[in-house]
Amino acid sequence: MADPERLDTLLNASAAKFPQRTAVQDPGRGELSYLDLNRLADVTAATLRENGIREGDRIGLLLPKSLASVACLYAILKSGAAYIPVDVTAPLSRGAYIFKDCSIRALFVDSKLAGALLDEWGPLPGLQRRRVEPASRYGVAVELLILPPCPEPEFSVPDIAYILYTSGSTGVPKGVVHTHASAMGFVRWCASEFDLDERDRFSSHAPFHFDLSIFDLYVACLCGAALVLVDESTSKQPVALAELIAASGISVWYSTPSILRMLVEFGRLEKQDWSALRLVLFAGETYPVKHYRQLRAHWRTPTYYNLYGPTETNVCTYYRVPDNVAESDFDYFPIGAACSGDRLMVVHGDGERVAAGEPGELLVSGASVMSGYWNLAEKNEQAFVVLDDRRWYRTGDIVRELAGGDLHYLSRRDRMIKRRGYRVELGEIEAALYRSPQIVEAAALALTDGDGNVIVKAFVTPATGTSVGIIALKTFCARNLPFYMIPDQFAVLAELPKTSTDKIDYRALKEL
Amino acid sequence: MDIRESIRSYILAEFLPGEDPANLEDTTPLIASGILDSLATMRLVGFIEEEFSVEIGPHETDPEYIGTIDSIERLVRSKLDGAR
Repeated sequence: MADPERLDTLLNASAAKFPQRTAVQDPGRGELSYLDLNRLADVTAATLRENGIREGDRIGLLLPKSLASVACLYAILKSGAAYIPVDVTAPLSRGAYIFKDCSIRALFVDSKLAGALLDEWGPLPGLQRRRVEPASRYGVAVELLILPPCPEPEFSVPDIAYILYTSGSTGVPKGVVHTHASAMGFVRWCASEFDLDERDRFSSHAPFHFDLSIFDLYVACLCGAALVLVDESTSKQPVALAELIAASGISVWYSTPSILRMLVEFGRLEKQDWSALRLVLFAGETYPVKHYRQLRAHWRTPTYYNLYGPTETNVCTYYRVPDNVAESDFDYFPIGAACSGDRLMVVHGDGERVAAGEPGELLVSGASVMSGYWNLAEKNEQAFVVLDDRRWYRTGDIVRELAGGDLHYLSRRDRMIKRRGYRVELGEIEAALYRSPQIVEAAALALTDGDGNVIVKAFVTPATGTSVGIIALKTFCARNLPFYMIPDQFAVLAELPKTSTDKIDYRALKEL
Repeated sequence: MDIRESIRSYILAEFLPGEDPANLEDTTPLIASGILDSLATMRLVGFIEEEFSVEIGPHETDPEYIGTIDSIERLVRSKLDGAR
C-alpha cells in the first residue's frame, strides 16, 4: 500500500478519485486534468529513472511557471528525489550557486536558460543534456541536464521532499530542508481547518521557490481542486492580476499582504465581480488592519486568515480574521494560535519562559518544522535549542501573547535596538507610521551615524498622488510614539524596494 | 546673517534633512512637533551659544523660549541687547 504521508501520493489519489477534473490551469495557455497531470508526471518520472536518478537524489527546477513545471515537480517527487526550485527571474549566478550547494544530480531547465546556466558553472565533463518529452508540449521547452556524479555530502535526511533557499543574514542563501512528513503536517492541517473541496479553484500566485506555494500546490491537490497558475509577469501587474483572479473564478487566494495592497491601490477592483472568492489567506509579513479594510470593501464574501511561519516551520500559527474588525483593535493582525500539530513557546534570551503578555522569542516544535539547513552544521546548532526534551526551532521573531491567548508579532529579534538606553522595536515604529492616513508603506531601519550613535531612519511611501513633508511626519510620530522612538531621519519614496518574494527589501533600503 | 535664517538653516540641515525649507515656518512648533527632542535641543542650544556668543540658561530650554524660530529669535535678541 502506498505511504499516505507523501506529497506525490496526493496526486495519485486525486487522479483516481477525480480523473476528469481540472488539476492545473495556465490561463490562456491550457489545462491538465488530474488523470493527464498524473500520467505526464509518471512518464517524466520514468525519464528521470532511466537517466539514473535514485531515491534521495536532489533535482533542480529552473522553469517558468507552466503546466510543464508542475508536472516536472511531481515527477521529481515520484522518482523519490527532492526538488530544489529556483527563481527564474533572479540572476542565474544565484541558481548556479544553489544547485551546486546542494549537489543536485540533475536539473529540469527552460531550454532558453540552459546555456547561460552552464556558462555560470564552467566545464562539467560528462554532462548530458536531454529534451524532455512530452512535458515540453505544455508551456515551456524543458531540458533535463544530468550532472556528473559527485560525492554525497555528509548531511543526510531521509525522505526529503524539497529544499527552499532563503536569504541568509550573511548574504549567502541557505537551504531549508523539508521532508514529506514536515510538508504533510501543514497540508493535512489546512484540509481540516479550511472548508475546501474539489469545486474550489486555488490561486498559485507565489513562485515555487517561495514557501507559500506549498499550500497552493498540495492543498489543492489533496482536495482535487483546480490550481490556477499566475505567471511571473502577471503576478506583479495589478490590473492584469485582478482580471485573472476574477475571470478564472478563483475561490481560494493566498499571497503576501504587499500583493493585496497592490491590488487595492492599482488593480481597479471595483470593475470586477468577486463573488467566487471564499477564502483569502495572507502570510509573509504584517498586514495593517487599515489595508485589510480597504480590501474588504471590494472582497466582501471570503473568510480571511493570517498565516504565520518562517520557511523553516511551514505555517505554524493561524489567525482567523473576525467579521467585524476595527482599526482600533490592533494596528496589524495577530499571528494567532498554533496549527499544523506544532507546539509554541515564548522565551527570554536565556530560554526561560516569559510571563503571560511579556515579549519574547517564539520557539516552534513539531510536525511541520524543517529537518535543518542543508549541510550547515553550525547554523543548525544555532537554529535549534533543546528544552524539555524537545527540539525547538528559534524563529528569531519577537512576539507576545494577547489577553485572548492569540500571539502578536512584534519584530525580528535582530530588529530590536537600544536607543538612548531604551529598547526600541523597529516594528513598533512602522506600526505607528502605518496609522497615518497619509502613509501607505513604511519601513524603519537602525543605522549608525559617524559618531557611533544608533539613529533610526524611516522610509515611507505617501498615498498615491499626495506628498508628505518631514515636519508633518515628525509631528505625527511625536503624537503617536514615545520620543525615543521618533525616527531621526525620514526618506519619502514613491515605492519601497521589494524582494523577489514581495516583501519589503530591508537590505536594499540600507543601501539607499 | 539674519538670526532667524541662521537658526532655520541649522535646524533644517541637522534635524530635517530632505524637508522643503518652506515647511519650516517661524511659528512652526519645534518641540511639540517632535522636530527637537532633548538631545536635539541640547545640540541646538550649543549651536546658538556658539553662533551668537550668548549663554543660554538651563530654564531657557523650555518651549516658551525655544518652542519656535520666532521665540528663539526673541531669546537671542534679548541676550544680545542685554550685553550691549
